[in-house]
Amino acid sequence: MATGIDSWTLARPEIFLAAATCLLLIWGVVRGERSVNLVSGATALALVATAALLFLPFREGTAFASLFVVDRLTATMKALVLVSSAVALLMSRAYFEKVGAWRFEYPILLALAALGMMLMISANDLMSVYVGLELQSLALYVVASFQRDDARSTEAGVKYFVLGSVASGLLLFGASLIYGYCGSTQFARISQALLEGRAAELGVVVGLVFFVTGLAFKVSAVPFHMWTPDVYEGAPTPVTALFAAAPKVAAISLLVSVLMGPFKPLFAQWQQILVAAAVLSMLLGAVAAIRQTNIKRLMAYSSIGNVGYILLGLASGTEKGVQGVVFFLAIYVVMSLGVFAVILTMQRQGKMVEEIADLAGLARTRPMIAFAMLLFMFSLAGIPPLAGFWGKLYIFMAAIEAKLVIPAVLGVLCSVVASYYYLRIVKVMYIDEPGVALDRTPIGVNAIVAGVGAAVVALFSLLPQPLGTAAAAAAKGLFP
Amino acid sequence: MELQALAFYVFAAITVVSAAMVVGSRNPVYSVLYLILAFFNAAALFLLLGAEFIAMILVIVYVGAVAVLFLFVVMMLDINLTELKQGFLRYLPVGATIGVVLLLEILFALGVLGASKGTVAELAAKGVPVSSVENTRALGRVLYTQYFYLFQAAGLVLLVAMIGAIVLTLRQRPGVRRQNVGDQLYRRRDKAVTVVKVPTRGGVR
Repeated sequence: MATGIDSWTLARPEIFLAAATCLLLIWGVVRGERSVNLVSGATALALVATAALLFLPFREGTAFASLFVVDRLTATMKALVLVSSAVALLMSRAYFEKVGAWRFEYPILLALAALGMMLMISANDLMSVYVGLELQSLALYVVASFQRDDARSTEAGVKYFVLGSVASGLLLFGASLIYGYCGSTQFARISQALLEGRAAELGVVVGLVFFVTGLAFKVSAVPFHMWTPDVYEGAPTPVTALFAAAPKVAAISLLVSVLMGPFKPLFAQWQQILVAAAVLSMLLGAVAAIRQTNIKRLMAYSSIGNVGYILLGLASGTEKGVQGVVFFLAIYVVMSLGVFAVILTMQRQGKMVEEIADLAGLARTRPMIAFAMLLFMFSLAGIPPLAGFWGKLYIFMAAIEAKLVIPAVLGVLCSVVASYYYLRIVKVMYIDEPGVALDRTPIGVNAIVAGVGAAVVALFSLLPQPLGTAAAAAAKGLFP
Repeated sequence: MELQALAFYVFAAITVVSAAMVVGSRNPVYSVLYLILAFFNAAALFLLLGAEFIAMILVIVYVGAVAVLFLFVVMMLDINLTELKQGFLRYLPVGATIGVVLLLEILFALGVLGASKGTVAELAAKGVPVSSVENTRALGRVLYTQYFYLFQAAGLVLLVAMIGAIVLTLRQRPGVRRQNVGDQLYRRRDKAVTVVKVPTRGGVR
């Protein structure tokens, strides 16, 4: 057990981020609204610096009396969370300035949410899981309703808060049952108790079901997805971009480390749950998105479908499966941030628009943006040789190797159905007659994010090595 | 021993009576005051059990914060009592059912009803190891050492709650006159007071 100074060095990225955030908060409070650009820039910098601290130098181990763990998987996932939060923060400025809600608390809350996600990812005890989860959720509830004069944003915040609290309650109830039957909240002790025969107790299984349900709410897996379309639609668009990326990574990472760690002995039990949730999510994500007219709602259903693929990879329970999950998550984050960057450039007569019909004829009015969107849509649909294809391929291969043939086949079929609505967007952009053209906005952060994302997605096949190795290294830690 | 028993009966009786008065009193402000009385006596009961930390928390959190908040709410809102009591008979069965369920749960846990395995009574008979350290000290020992990490993280959660509450509710209203002590102190006499010669029956212009 690491004690004393070891704990501090292992947790230095978290400590750095917390200290930086507090300092920036004080700066913002003292300087008032004038400081907002400085605070947001510095927060983005701090997030990236924290990501760098994770690997300079990289060290493994547990800290703070085994409440906190660092390994390859957690470091990789944290880097993903931090970078995507930083990008989402940089994407926010133009939107919030336009709606008049650009205040210095926004970057602070985003940084605290990212910190909560880091604590979640690094949790090695049921109590740390809960505290990290609450830290990120609470900050995200607030940013969802950050545009407080807008009824839909407020509604999104309240809905997210109520359903998120229910999820936390379920998770806590499950945790209390697990603690009661296993006699400890530490992951190592739970694992030990399960191996010594506690796995046969019905109470542990019931506790596990509640625990997984709580997390399924957070990743918006069917049947716990009801909040997702409303929250995604109502929340300010840059916040939706964040929701689609960072919290998903954190919650999936937590699911991986909990299920592959202490609950490995209950594999047969949780595999059923995950397969059911995965298949339902893929089906709903494919079918329900077809009738959407709002692109944010469409992306909400798309994210539900993608969570289904991720859960399928996790359900295989093998090293290949975890590797596929990490790989898919990284690609998914790039794609969804890219799509939202495109959505954030959509303006007509100075107002943000978010209907699919508004994209009509985009290829003629703004060919570069339309081409980036085309790449993202093809990639989300899983058309080779774009990045999204490789992500799905990894997942389905892992699932088939783990004898989950029927769910994998269903997944492929859902992917085909889903490509209908991805391709519909391409059709609207390239074939439909343009209505009133969208504004030509100057090239800003969003255009750059969209461009870089599109380049990554398009050229992925030429340079797939670094991500593949990182995913393999991350997965290896779980299977000694 | 007799003294302790006497104290227990006094505090318990006052708790029960004041709890009944919370529901029964006609004036909601009295209800809240009875609630505070009930909290105080429950705290005294915890003290008798040797759980001084919970007793103090009960006083600080429930009396100091929650009950005072209730009192503010009750005083601020215009509550019509007759309207409030209208649903009483309608909701009585639901309330009574919940009460009975809670009572049965307590009886099961104590081992009065049903099986006696794993009940509180059995554990008490076995003798739960009670350390000689009083519980405030025991909590303090682990809170700042073993659970230091959780303690700090919980602090951050509270920080987020505070920022969130301010961000979502604080509005800078234009035209509000605020007291600025600095400006008041630096005000000079020649800027604030003018001496005017007032002619008789002329008034000040």
